Amino acid sequence: MSGGEGRRGVAIALASTVVFFTVLAIAITHAPGWPEVRRTFFDWGQFKDSMPEIADAFLLNVKMFCIAEGFILVFALVLAVIRSLPGPVFFPMRVLGIAYADFFRGVPTILVIALLGFGAPALQLEGVPLSTTFWGIVSLVLVYTAYVSEVYRAGIESVHPSQDAAARSLGLTHLQSLRKVVLPQAVRRVIPPLLNDFIGLQKDTALVGFLGAIEAFKASQIDAAATFNYTPFLCAAVLFVALTIPLARFTDWLVARDRRRRQAAGVR
Amino acid sequence: MSEALVVEGLHKSFGDLEVLRGIDLAVAEHEVVCLIGASGSGKSTLLRCVNLLEPIDAGRIVVEGDEITSRGVDVNRIRRRIGIVFQAYNLFPHMSVLDNVTLAPTLVLRKPRGEARQDATELLARFGLADKRDDYPDRLSGGQQQRVAIVRALAMRPDLMLLDEVTSALDPELIAEVLNVIRELAAGGMTMLIATHEMSFARDIADQVCFLDGGLILEQGPPEEILSAPKEPRTQQFLQRIIEAGRL
Repeated sequence: MSGGEGRRGVAIALASTVVFFTVLAIAITHAPGWPEVRRTFFDWGQFKDSMPEIADAFLLNVKMFCIAEGFILVFALVLAVIRSLPGPVFFPMRVLGIAYADFFRGVPTILVIALLGFGAPALQLEGVPLSTTFWGIVSLVLVYTAYVSEVYRAGIESVHPSQDAAARSLGLTHLQSLRKVVLPQAVRRVIPPLLNDFIGLQKDTALVGFLGAIEAFKASQIDAAATFNYTPFLCAAVLFVALTIPLARFTDWLVARDRRRRQAAGVR
Repeated sequence: MSEALVVEGLHKSFGDLEVLRGIDLAVAEHEVVCLIGASGSGKSTLLRCVNLLEPIDAGRIVVEGDEITSRGVDVNRIRRRIGIVFQAYNLFPHMSVLDNVTLAPTLVLRKPRGEARQDATELLARFGLADKRDDYPDRLSGGQQQRVAIVRALAMRPDLMLLDEVTSALDPELIAEVLNVIRELAAGGMTMLIATHEMSFARDIADQVCFLDGGLILEQGPPEEILSAPKEPRTQQFLQRIIEAGRL
């Protein structure tokens, strides 16, 4: 493609985008209920008033997300490796792995949160934390470990068996081959779908609000109930999106960097 | 001459398909044995069985006097002594050439890193790959990749090398560079079992040629005998087809 054609392409894309969104904006703002919607959802004054409080609550979402993500990355990898172990000796472990993944992918996240968040503290056992945030994180880890292990497993299975054969033929054990040859290739391939699950996780931290933890969604709910205005929800939405976009770009960058490295001669 | 490899009554099936139907074979130390035969005759499977990449159904395999097919042997120890090179190279794409070569010596033989790197560098230089040391496999030609794969196997200092149609995936102009490496290994006294479609190469390099057909060694002997004056009609037929294809 020549430079001229490239510039023309950009110009067309720009023009069509402007036209599309102008038409959409006109259609919405001329709807009969628009003034009312605008007052209850898009109140700039309300937005500014609510934002600090909700942003503060959102830190709890970020904290839950970061802690949960660390555990999920490790546990899911362990689960995926267990499910990949060969031979009849490991049959019971493979069955347990499958049962775990089936169960936690099948049960709605909000139910796991409710069962653990209300159930575990109710046992009143010595040493069992009462914090709703704690049980919220545990629930998210349990559920997302099941999802992410499937992603890892798909990655492991996408590495051609000849790679493992080559490693084993050099005398590497199954675990050495997995660690040095199969997993590094598998993990690189699944970075985009892993990100997908992490965006899901970020959003599902809002479900912990159900237990009463004051995270962004719960905070906006309280705010909305106090002011009869839904703009606080918009604040929460903006915050969630703002967290997702940098993560998505970061992943794109990781993938691109890996591709460049492999194609560049002698660069490490 | 002592035997580097003895295979006795080797049987191997994949499901209902019996691929090896009783293979008997002996390779003496420093000997080069070429396996020829049509695709599907069991050449690759035989090599994979010798390296224990495929579990066998019946028979024995003895390497340097040790039966490797008996119960309870440590397959990882066995495989250190047997190098295998595959048709599709199977280099590790996420590692540089040097890391491909040093992985097993450092991890399996527990060689110090510096020593392993130095050994690898010397081996790479010996096969004309010194300047490819830090490249990733995708950057190399097929012939270069296959030479790296050979070096990777050699870095384990194996007693026996198995070569599985190592030139079949290469463009014709790249075949010679790989065959020359194998000639050099043979000249250095490496014991090798080679599955190949390159008949003139087999004639040059082999001490013995085995013709496999339907999972059996149908005919076996010095190359001039098997390739020029085969006794079995099946061997004659196979070689006739090779000649017609212009490969002999």
